[in-house]
Amino acid sequence: MQTEQKATEKEMIRKYPPSREYLIPILQEVQDHFGFLSRESIFAISDYLELPESKVYGVATFYNQFKLIPPGKYQIQLCRGTACHVKGSFNLLETLKRELDIEPGVTTKDGLFSLETVACIGACSIAPVLTVNGKFHGRLDTKSVEKIVKALREEGAKR
Amino acid sequence: MSRVYIGMGTCGLASGAEQVKEAVSKWVYEKQAGIPITPTGCIGYCQAEPIIDVVTDSGHRISFGGVKPESVGGLLEQVFGDKSYASKGVLGQYRNGQAPLKNIAFIDEHPFFKKQRKFILRNCGVIEPTSIADYRATGGFKGLERALTMTPQQVVDEVLKSGLRGRGGGGFPTGKKWSLAQKEVSEKKYIICNADEGDPGAFMDRSLLESDPFAVLEGMIIAGYAIGAREGIIYCRAEYPLAIERLLECIEILKNEKILESKLNNDGFTLKMRIKKGAGAFVCGEETALMASIEGKRGMPKPRPPYPAVSGLFEKPTVINNVETLANVSAILREGAEAFASMGTAGSKGTKVFALTGKIENTGLVEVPMGITLREIIEEIGGGIQNGKKYKAVQIGGPSGGCIPAQHLDIQIDYETLKGVGAMMGSGGLVVMDEDTCMVDLARYFLSFITKESCGKCIPCREGTQRMYEILDSVVSPYSKMKNEEENLARFNMVMNLENLAQVIKDTSLCGLGQTSPNPVLSTLRFFRDEYEAHIYDRKCPARQCKGLLTYRIDTAKCTGCTACARKCPVSAIVGETKKAHYILDEKCTRCGTCADVCRFEAVQVS
Repeated sequence: MQTEQKATEKEMIRKYPPSREYLIPILQEVQDHFGFLSRESIFAISDYLELPESKVYGVATFYNQFKLIPPGKYQIQLCRGTACHVKGSFNLLETLKRELDIEPGVTTKDGLFSLETVACIGACSIAPVLTVNGKFHGRLDTKSVEKIVKALREEGAKR
Repeated sequence: MSRVYIGMGTCGLASGAEQVKEAVSKWVYEKQAGIPITPTGCIGYCQAEPIIDVVTDSGHRISFGGVKPESVGGLLEQVFGDKSYASKGVLGQYRNGQAPLKNIAFIDEHPFFKKQRKFILRNCGVIEPTSIADYRATGGFKGLERALTMTPQQVVDEVLKSGLRGRGGGGFPTGKKWSLAQKEVSEKKYIICNADEGDPGAFMDRSLLESDPFAVLEGMIIAGYAIGAREGIIYCRAEYPLAIERLLECIEILKNEKILESKLNNDGFTLKMRIKKGAGAFVCGEETALMASIEGKRGMPKPRPPYPAVSGLFEKPTVINNVETLANVSAILREGAEAFASMGTAGSKGTKVFALTGKIENTGLVEVPMGITLREIIEEIGGGIQNGKKYKAVQIGGPSGGCIPAQHLDIQIDYETLKGVGAMMGSGGLVVMDEDTCMVDLARYFLSFITKESCGKCIPCREGTQRMYEILDSVVSPYSKMKNEEENLARFNMVMNLENLAQVIKDTSLCGLGQTSPNPVLSTLRFFRDEYEAHIYDRKCPARQCKGLLTYRIDTAKCTGCTACARKCPVSAIVGETKKAHYILDEKCTRCGTCADVCRFEAVQVS
């Protein structure tokens, strides 16, 4: 299994020419596939591009998109844009932190949820919003957030 | 002739357009009506999503808002069956040159659309975004055709003559930027479309890319022709997957149509186009940081000069234009510079798209001529404040902009006037706030955003904004348990330095992000000083938003001891026996407000 994964990773990386210009697209593709950037991936990419690991790590930590820990089964992204803030997304964040018992940027121990805050997802007209694995939920309040988490938890427990 | 259009932009999809589409297909299939269903973009009236447009047998197009999957059947039955055109949810009918349907108003007379002037959003929500035939039918590529009959110099002159200024924030004249790059001699030049719309509260670029991608691509080709670029790059946020998907599809179509990567004139002008996905960094909206990001580096700005027009991407002359600017370019070349310059004010020509959000009745995208007043946008197009509350301020320009209070509602919207009141055009996010919004909390919110997004290259921005954030944080935080004099003194000391610090950051930061980062604080200090003073001297938040300054208390006379609050309290801070008045333990209380929400007797008091 592990060797197989390594092989696909290698293939993925080698699709791109070995030039620094392609660092971000490579990181994006690796993350799309594995869900996060592992230590091994960063080593492999740095070998291929002949860039020091520190530079790859520097880029990976500079941009908000890249994750260095495995995400949960349900990735919750809470929008903290201005429109959402004015409409009370801070309270939603508190609710989510309480319900999931994690801080933003962390995955729950059971691996079911990971919580993230994002600057703006551009759906300000239906603020406040959050997305679960890319699916939008708009015009939320604390109650509907609790409901969403409960529904996901039940769904996750079934499988 | 019959057809059903469904608004499938991000906001439509988030409101359930997918389910509505399924319901429509089910109805069409069951009735064997054979009516084509066309997905379209966003018409801008996000409040009313999901929106569907039904084209009748007679060719009349009627728009319905707030459509639910379960109401689709009845709606279509009425339109195609007994032709009674349900009045519920009707937004209006489109003008089509025929005698209008009776009893239905025109959509352009709808209060939300009446004051708007659709110049670049004219296709959004009207055509199928990825259909080149639809785009051509509305005059698409006429601008490019016209540009190719002119010399590059003439194209630059045309844009100069139109008076178009960059729509991304800075407001630099687009024609000037182009002529700088055009004069450079280089074997390679780039045209970059800046679609890294990081401004929280703005989504016009997303909507344009989702709803009318060809208009942006056409603008890029024209810009490429004018400056002599051979390669175009669209730097788009990864948070906009739908926009990226549609752009990719449109680029493929343009390749097949021999518009991209084919010789467009006798001189052999060709343009290659590719998309670069952003990775989530606000600072990458800044030109030099954006180019660093394309080069695979951390998105950190560089000092200018040299300007990108001279030495940009890979040290080649580069022009970077915003999405909305490029959409304007194709419209200017199509309609002519005069038509564009006839709209707007002396210094700011044309139209501007604003994203109207916050505590306003009608949220959505609006395109208005420059020079319109803020009051017209908020009260007439926006329909006023939600729930009959009082208007407090509108935040314009995102983290770089400022707040405009009620006394300045009648100012004209253009680049200079906005600067005069301490705000800026920015990319055009308008976040409306009512009396329940705390301005200190808002300033603190923007600073927390900036401290996270500051790239860390220069000290004033990296350290200065952090210190400013700490000062505001101390203002909204409760006294520590000790409540000692020293702490008070320290807070006052910091507050006294706030304005000074803001000025230093403004003067000494490297890039636009840093230079404008104190604006939210400065502008709220200018117009809402009393709120700051209430926080600092009285230790009170007039809008009841700053949790650190609130206390929750139960009115023993009103409390019936129903235990609802005690059961719901997430931190068990409420004690009391059943059927006797309850009490909140202040040390334990996290000010979450749950008790006030669940209390049916209004016994929980906040002060």
